[in-house]
Amino acid sequence: MAVDTAPAPAPRTSAEGPAASRLRLLGTGDGVITLVLVAFLVIAGLTVEGFASTRNAGFLLLDVVVIMLIALPLTLVIITGEIDLSVASTVGLSSAVMGKLWFAGLPLELIIPLCLLLGVVLGAVNGLLVTKLGLPSLAVTIGTLALYRGLAFVVLGDQAVADFPRSWTTWAISSIGTTGIPVVVVPLLVLVVITGVVLHATPIGRALYAMGNSEDAARFSGIDVARTKLWLFIVTGVVAALGGVYWTLRYGSARADNATGLELQVIAAILLGGVSIFGGRGGLVGVIAGVLLLASVRNALQLVNVPSDVLNIVTGVLLIVAVVAPQVAARLRRIRRPRGRPAVP
Amino acid sequence: MSAPATHQPATVPPQPGASPDSGRRGASLVQRLVAMREMGILAALLLLLVVTEIANPRFLSAQNLRDLLLSASILTVLAAGQTVVIITRNVDLSVGSVLGLSAYATGTLLVKAPGTPVVLVVLAGMAIGAVCGAFNGAIVAVAKVPSLVVTLGTLYIFRGLDSLWASSSGRLQINAADLPNSFKSLGGASLLGIPVLFLVALVVVLLVGFCLRNYRSGRELYGIGSEPEAARLSGIPVGRRVFAAFVINGALAGLAGVLYAARFQTLDATAGTGQELTVVAACVVGGVAIFGGSGTVYGAALGALLLTTIGTALPQLGISPFWRNAAVGALILAAIVLDRTLSLRLARRLRGRNLRGS
Repeated sequence: MAVDTAPAPAPRTSAEGPAASRLRLLGTGDGVITLVLVAFLVIAGLTVEGFASTRNAGFLLLDVVVIMLIALPLTLVIITGEIDLSVASTVGLSSAVMGKLWFAGLPLELIIPLCLLLGVVLGAVNGLLVTKLGLPSLAVTIGTLALYRGLAFVVLGDQAVADFPRSWTTWAISSIGTTGIPVVVVPLLVLVVITGVVLHATPIGRALYAMGNSEDAARFSGIDVARTKLWLFIVTGVVAALGGVYWTLRYGSARADNATGLELQVIAAILLGGVSIFGGRGGLVGVIAGVLLLASVRNALQLVNVPSDVLNIVTGVLLIVAVVAPQVAARLRRIRRPRGRPAVP
Repeated sequence: MSAPATHQPATVPPQPGASPDSGRRGASLVQRLVAMREMGILAALLLLLVVTEIANPRFLSAQNLRDLLLSASILTVLAAGQTVVIITRNVDLSVGSVLGLSAYATGTLLVKAPGTPVVLVVLAGMAIGAVCGAFNGAIVAVAKVPSLVVTLGTLYIFRGLDSLWASSSGRLQINAADLPNSFKSLGGASLLGIPVLFLVALVVVLLVGFCLRNYRSGRELYGIGSEPEAARLSGIPVGRRVFAAFVINGALAGLAGVLYAARFQTLDATAGTGQELTVVAACVVGGVAIFGGSGTVYGAALGALLLTTIGTALPQLGISPFWRNAAVGALILAAIVLDRTLSLRLARRLRGRNLRGS
């Protein structure tokens, strides 16, 4: 790829080499949100009864799996300055198709690859509309959000298919030995590491930041912007379809309305993790911390019997604070150093 | 000047307001394209109505039409407000939650003080919505934070406040029996055969459309959405205008909450959940560009009407109602593809390279 030799146009967080970015980590949103997460885990572990138990940790991680899974490719999409709101509908459609095919008598070994293939198609539709026709991804994926969810209902109606084999559904919620850590966390971790390496240690990752900061500059430095974005949307589709398969096994039920509204939760976690909605900024460490922070705050509040209404308020406040705080900090810095770099709009 | 070849049927009757009939020549090309876009939705709407009527001759009965207008009125009010925000290159995802909050507040007010005049109830609902909108607008305008993120946050916050209120007041659901008759009759009332709720929506659309087109501050909203930096440099108070857009949208979402209370009369903390994306969809279908600067409130209203009609028409055509969402999604995609094509054509024409016509 030509990306290797081309100077990446000023990606702000991670292009100055891994060492520099590690040093700067604590000064960025990544570091702050990680510190908040650690502080929260310590405080909750000490004060909330039952929070630090292996049983609870297992529940917490099980609830996080699908959100974390979808957050991985979606983070990359958002870093390039695009968005995909159709992920939860892809989960639903994949789940509905899985139920329909199982009902028709196909074996799961065949159904799962078919669902992933479906994910390729759904992602490619988004990607082609965005890259070939130059349409805004926000509008396109609002359209496919409705379309894919609608097709899920066309496939399965309001029925539920629930007679999946026990061996599969128990595997989906089983844990490693007596640790309480769900088995699925292992493949998830592999995907997290792969995503992290791609984003932070390869030319592809740097290209994503470059595209998010300035698409024109990225194009002039030899990055095939359209092809990269198309692939990102396809990967997002596949991963969301995989999420649908797991969701179905985890809850033992295929339904057309599975994971309705999940897209907003995933996006909230990503933005909380310090990824800019305009693209070009943020990192995977922050996103992991964001996903875990949202989940553990909800979990801890549930343990102390705070009504679920308050959880919504906390989610919203966290999200707004996460975006307002850096702006306020940047403005304070500008007041102190009037000749410094102008803040990013 | 030769008229551009339109692919719209020439027989489509002109929609009042859809085609601003301006004599000024400079803007006429742009205006004609905008008008053509609205004609397109109107044609789609009429086509849908005609096809459904042919398939099921009882579809266009007076009662069915009244129901259709009634169902469309809440979405129309929301779409009118959302248009004002989207034109400024912002978006408000919290409208569903604002609607819920306002609807529950309306119910509570009427339970506590059944004698409250309807005008006061409406004003109270709009005030609650305006406060929510001001909260959104203040964060967006002052902290310069993307509205998509802020209103995603307040979507959760307002909904949380709503359900917290409902659960702590000990009245999780307000039923029709709890509401005074004077208010309930509003939901089904008609004036000259047209539902009152739809008339309210119509007044809102005409009023907002008039202000956007004829007031300087209204025109400035388009300027902000086309190019925020240029708008700022030319002296437009961008922050204040964006703030105002959010307040107006909030107030209209509050109004939609009151209409919701009058129409459905069973109120809990889930009213309006998930409405935000339908509203944005109505605007997009109606030709309001998602990145601001173009589109009209009339288009958005037609979009809302079209989305509602699809929901009603499918069962009449013998198609499973499960197809509704899929049809809406396909319609959104068709609308943005059409918009892209039109704007490319417009750009070509404005560059003067294609004077021969098509």
